[in-house]
Formats: sequence, structure tokens, C-alpha cells
Amino acid sequence: MIVLLLSIIVLHVAVLVLLFVATIVSQWIVGNGHATDLWQNCSTTPGNIQHCFSSSANEWLQSVQATMILSIIFSVLSLFLFFCQLFTLTKGGRFYITGIFQILAGLCVMSATSIYTVRHSEWHLDSAYSYGFAYILAWVAFPLALLSGVIYVILRKRE
Amino acid sequence: MAPGAPSSSPSPILAALLFSSLVLSPAQAIVVYTDKEVYGAVGSKVTLHCSFWSSEWVSDDISFTWRYQPEGGRDAISIFHYAKGQPYIDEVGTFKERIQWVGDPQWKDGSIVIHNLDYSDNGTFTCDVKNPPDIVGKTSQVTLYVFEKVPTRYGVVLGAVIGGVLGVVLLLLLLFYVVRYCWLRRQAALQRRLSAVEKGKLHKPGKDTTKRGRQTPVLYAMLDHSRSTKAASEKKPKGLGESRKDKK
Repeated sequence: MIVLLLSIIVLHVAVLVLLFVATIVSQWIVGNGHATDLWQNCSTTPGNIQHCFSSSANEWLQSVQATMILSIIFSVLSLFLFFCQLFTLTKGGRFYITGIFQILAGLCVMSATSIYTVRHSEWHLDSAYSYGFAYILAWVAFPLALLSGVIYVILRKRE
Repeated sequence: MAPGAPSSSPSPILAALLFSSLVLSPAQAIVVYTDKEVYGAVGSKVTLHCSFWSSEWVSDDISFTWRYQPEGGRDAISIFHYAKGQPYIDEVGTFKERIQWVGDPQWKDGSIVIHNLDYSDNGTFTCDVKNPPDIVGKTSQVTLYVFEKVPTRYGVVLGAVIGGVLGVVLLLLLLFYVVRYCWLRRQAALQRRLSAVEKGKLHKPGKDTTKRGRQTPVLYAMLDHSRSTKAASEKKPKGLGESRKDKK
């Protein structure tokens, strides 16, 4: 019982950490000498000088930023609500709200990464690029968040 | 330096502090702050903000200078100067009669407003502040972009998406809880009615048998129906009162 609880909490915290890293770290698209993410593009010139410019004010980029932030907010709320419900839910009840918020967080991550994949050429004009690890982390966070949310909805509280 | 004399002991320490503050601390300089980029629409006006931090108090000799470097040009021309409490506006150049001084030295504000923008105003504006004796410092530059229509500022879409989605989710949650609360209350009221009717039905058979012998079946059925409704309506408030008493 305790093992189950701990593993669920570990999964949720892992999703949260993935979301934070994916939102903050500057590695969504990497090319030769430059790395961009949601907030800035940094490029390293051959003289080993690093310039960082803030990303463009493109509406699609802003919506990606907004949905990533929303996913973090929903995941944190879900964790908080899980602890609340752990102590207030009746025996045999299900963690509906926790699961719903976690599923919402997963949907937000999915929409953010999809929009980014489709529209990134609008603000990133380099042809030689590949996706960085923060982008991959965001995609990994999506099924994990969905899984976590579904587990919460299925789980029943036992005393 | 004199030993045992408390009045003279602070002075070497004071001298050391002054020396260190004058020579060692790099914070003895003016730092000027402006926006990085400013967007304006053709024909409208735009405010170029300039603020500064100085380690000295604002003196009467404070001076502000705005310089303009056209886009792609190399020379910067001076377009505005403020000294000794008097603003001097460009009266012969390209910004003739278009600059307005809206700054206030006491509030550390050296902003100007440029009216009636044109595409030729694209370029870099430099704000230079000198606050004697604090005259060493960095200037700050702001780039003016003139558009036909000003693009939406950064953060509008961001804020709108976050606010909208959070608002919708909270609203739905609230709605769900209100509906559930109303439904539960209705369920409780129905339960009370049901228990009251059942209690009424328990009493009914006694009264019915006295009436059965006298009336015809049809009339009896009608009377019975009317009586049952009357009994139910009579019993209902009593039943509620009883349940309330039970609860209490």
C-alpha cells in the first residue's frame, strides 16, 4: 500500500520535473553553434562568444510558452490536490480532480509540442537543425502525465 | 593616530573608508536605463523613456542629451539637450518642433516624446545623462521602429491564453460543484418527502376502513384519492418538522 502510494507520488514528481526542465532549458532546437528554446536563442560564434537574444514575439511561440506554463501549473495543482484528497476523501472514493488536472497538464504539453513542431519555422529560419533534448523531454512528459492522470482516476482510496 | 584618544580614533578609519569608496568601488558611476526597442505607428507619437541611477544626489547642473543615429547611418546628431533646468529642443533639424520634454530630473526621468512619426525616424536614440560630479557612466540606446500598424506587444497572447484556459477550467469546476450541491440538496429533500409519505401510508389503513362501508366504490376511490393527498399534504409539514427535530 505504501509502496503504491510512493510510486504514484514518484511518477507525479517525475512528470513535474520533466515539465520544468523542458520549459526552462534552452535546448528545443539545436543546430551548428546555436541553441534555441521557448525564451531565447543563444548562438556561439566561432570566437567562442555566446550571444543570447530573446525569442521573437510570434503569436504561435507565445501560445507554446503559455501552454507549457499552463501544464506546469496544472501539474502542481494536481499534486497539491492529491495530498488534499488523500486526507479528505471518503474510503472507496476516487481521485477524480487530481486525475483530471494531471490529464489536462498532459494535454497542454501535447498541444504545446505539436504547435511548436508545426510552426517552428516561423521564428527559426535555420535549415540545419535537429531537435534538442528538452523537446524530447516534453514529448516524454506527455504520455507519462496521461498515465499518471488515468492512474489517479482509476485508483480507489483505501484506508 | 594618537593612542588612547577616543576623539581622534575614528579619523583614520574614516579616511580609509573614503579612500576605498573613491578609488576601489566601481559603483561610482551613472547607469542609464532605457527601453531596448520602441514601436510606433506612422503619424502617431512615441515616448522614449530614459531613467538613471546615480551615486550622487540629483544636482542642479544635471544634463540630459538625446542623440539620434539614423538607420544605416554612421553619424549621431544631437537632437535634444537639457541643462540647468532648461530644455533645448531641436529647431533646425529633422525633428524640428516634434520633440517634447516630459522628463523630471527630481524623479530621475529624462524622457522625451516624439510626435508625428515618419518612416525616416527609424534609428537608434541614445540617452546621455551627466550628473556632476558623477559624470562617468554608460549611455543607453533605444531603437525606434516605425510601422504602418503597431504589432501586438509581447505577452498579450501569452497572458490571454493562460488567463483564458485557467478561467474556463475554474469556471467549469465551480459549475460542477454548484450543480452537484444543488442535486444533493434536492436528493435530500426528496428523501424527506419519501419518508414522510411512507409514514403517512402507515397511518392511512385505519381511517380508510371506517369510510369503506358507507360510500360507493367510485366515490370512495375519489374520496380516498383526495383524502390521501390531503393526508399527504397534512403529513408533509409534520414530517419535515419531525425530521428536523430528529436532526436536532
